[in-house]
Amino acid sequence: MAEKLFYFLTFLALASGLMVVVSRNPVHSVLYLILTFFSLSGHYILLNAQFLAAVNIIVYAGAIMVLFLFVIMFLNMRTHNEPMAPIWAQLAAVVSAGLVLMVLVAATKASSPALEAVADTDSFDSQIGLVQTLGQTLFSQYLIPFELTSILFLVAIVGAVYLGRREPGERNSF
Amino acid sequence: MELDILTVKSIIILLVFGISLGIATYSTWAERRLAAYLQDRQGPNRAGPLGLLQPIADAVKLFTKEEFIPASANKWLFIFGPSLAMLTALMSSAVIPFGSTLEIGDKFIPVQGIEVNIGVLYSFGIVSLGVYGIMIGGWASNNKFSLLGAVRAASQNISYELAMGLAIVAVLMMSGSLDLRKIVEDQHGGNWNVFYQPLGFIIFLTCAFAECNRTPFDLPESENELVGGYHTEYSSMKLGLFLFSEYVNMFVASAIVSVLYFGGYNYPGMDLVADHVPHNLATAIGIAVMFAKTFFFIFFFMWIRWTIPRFRYDQLMSLGWKSLIPLAIANIIVTGCVILLFN
Repeated sequence: MAEKLFYFLTFLALASGLMVVVSRNPVHSVLYLILTFFSLSGHYILLNAQFLAAVNIIVYAGAIMVLFLFVIMFLNMRTHNEPMAPIWAQLAAVVSAGLVLMVLVAATKASSPALEAVADTDSFDSQIGLVQTLGQTLFSQYLIPFELTSILFLVAIVGAVYLGRREPGERNSF
Repeated sequence: MELDILTVKSIIILLVFGISLGIATYSTWAERRLAAYLQDRQGPNRAGPLGLLQPIADAVKLFTKEEFIPASANKWLFIFGPSLAMLTALMSSAVIPFGSTLEIGDKFIPVQGIEVNIGVLYSFGIVSLGVYGIMIGGWASNNKFSLLGAVRAASQNISYELAMGLAIVAVLMMSGSLDLRKIVEDQHGGNWNVFYQPLGFIIFLTCAFAECNRTPFDLPESENELVGGYHTEYSSMKLGLFLFSEYVNMFVASAIVSVLYFGGYNYPGMDLVADHVPHNLATAIGIAVMFAKTFFFIFFFMWIRWTIPRFRYDQLMSLGWKSLIPLAIANIIVTGCVILLFN
């Protein structure tokens, strides 16, 4: 049952991920991306990481994608006025995507002993993805990286407010 | 025995589903009767006694009206929008604990669709998805008024989600769990969260109004600026689904407010009752109490709607970002200090 679900979710993730790139209509792309996030959340649930699954939905599907859709709707991009990227840009995109794929495959291969240890069903801790475990790990073992990340977010928020603020005397352009 | 639990669970899920729809149906009737009472008129009173058959007459009317899809609309997304609105509205009631446990055979089965230890996050996640139905529907209509309604819905939803999440965090700090059932059981014996978190409760309730697009925050469909807002182009049952999902959302929001702040199925003197009556009867009384609290909040939603006029859009935004979010953060800090000092 779990294996069938895994293959179904993988198929869904890959197919919708492909449709994000292939769709001509940007709104369709965003909707397919949301479907991709859902299938990834399904994978997290299969790994018993319910917290990660829920947060993935809340943050990505619930907030970031709503903003994406918001911006795309405001720009009102349509298929007919979307300029075709020049051939060199397409080539560059393919090459860089291929390089990213290579790095990912290499990283997976290099870490395969560690992955095998995780995949060992006897020693695998099924509670590892639950909120309690995650919270304890974050606030003890990884406390400094966690706090640094929050400072990074604070900097990003201040930067966004600074960029978005209205200059004195400037009128609202809407 | 495994199958038995599955059967009972399926029955509970089906019941929750049916009850959500039934309550939403009669909320439309109650809303119109209440509006009439507040405005000193009669309201619908022709279909059946007290107009009780009015929702059925409305449904028949909506189903038999012409299905219209504008020629320039994006056909599939136009249909997908209202379906999604209804789907997300109905999904969120799955984790709400409506009562304690039912004793069947020698097993105790909780009266709850699914028990997950992230119940709060689940319902919060589904609520945050609720705006997609409106956005997709409004965009696919290919109409400027619909688009403006959709864009308003998106920004309003995102703004108030933040304050809502921060208000919930203070409750979670007190209970130390994301499990809705544990949050309810922590409030046993009159320790309702509303007494400890009055500010958090007001923030949460305000945000719930905004998330459900209810007056005074119903700007996505404000008819004196945007014709009909996101549902301008909709007719027949597709319009019905949009309007109906609002009532389902209202029911779910009321149930979550009762669970988080008003002790869910706890009531004064429940231990005394539990000692004297069979277990299942005590649970049934608890469920009735839970529904009574939910109905009160549904009434409160309607009461506000017919009392307070609609906000202006900039007022809505400055209330969300400049008042509710700082207040919610202050609430978290105060809660944290109190927990540190007194525990």
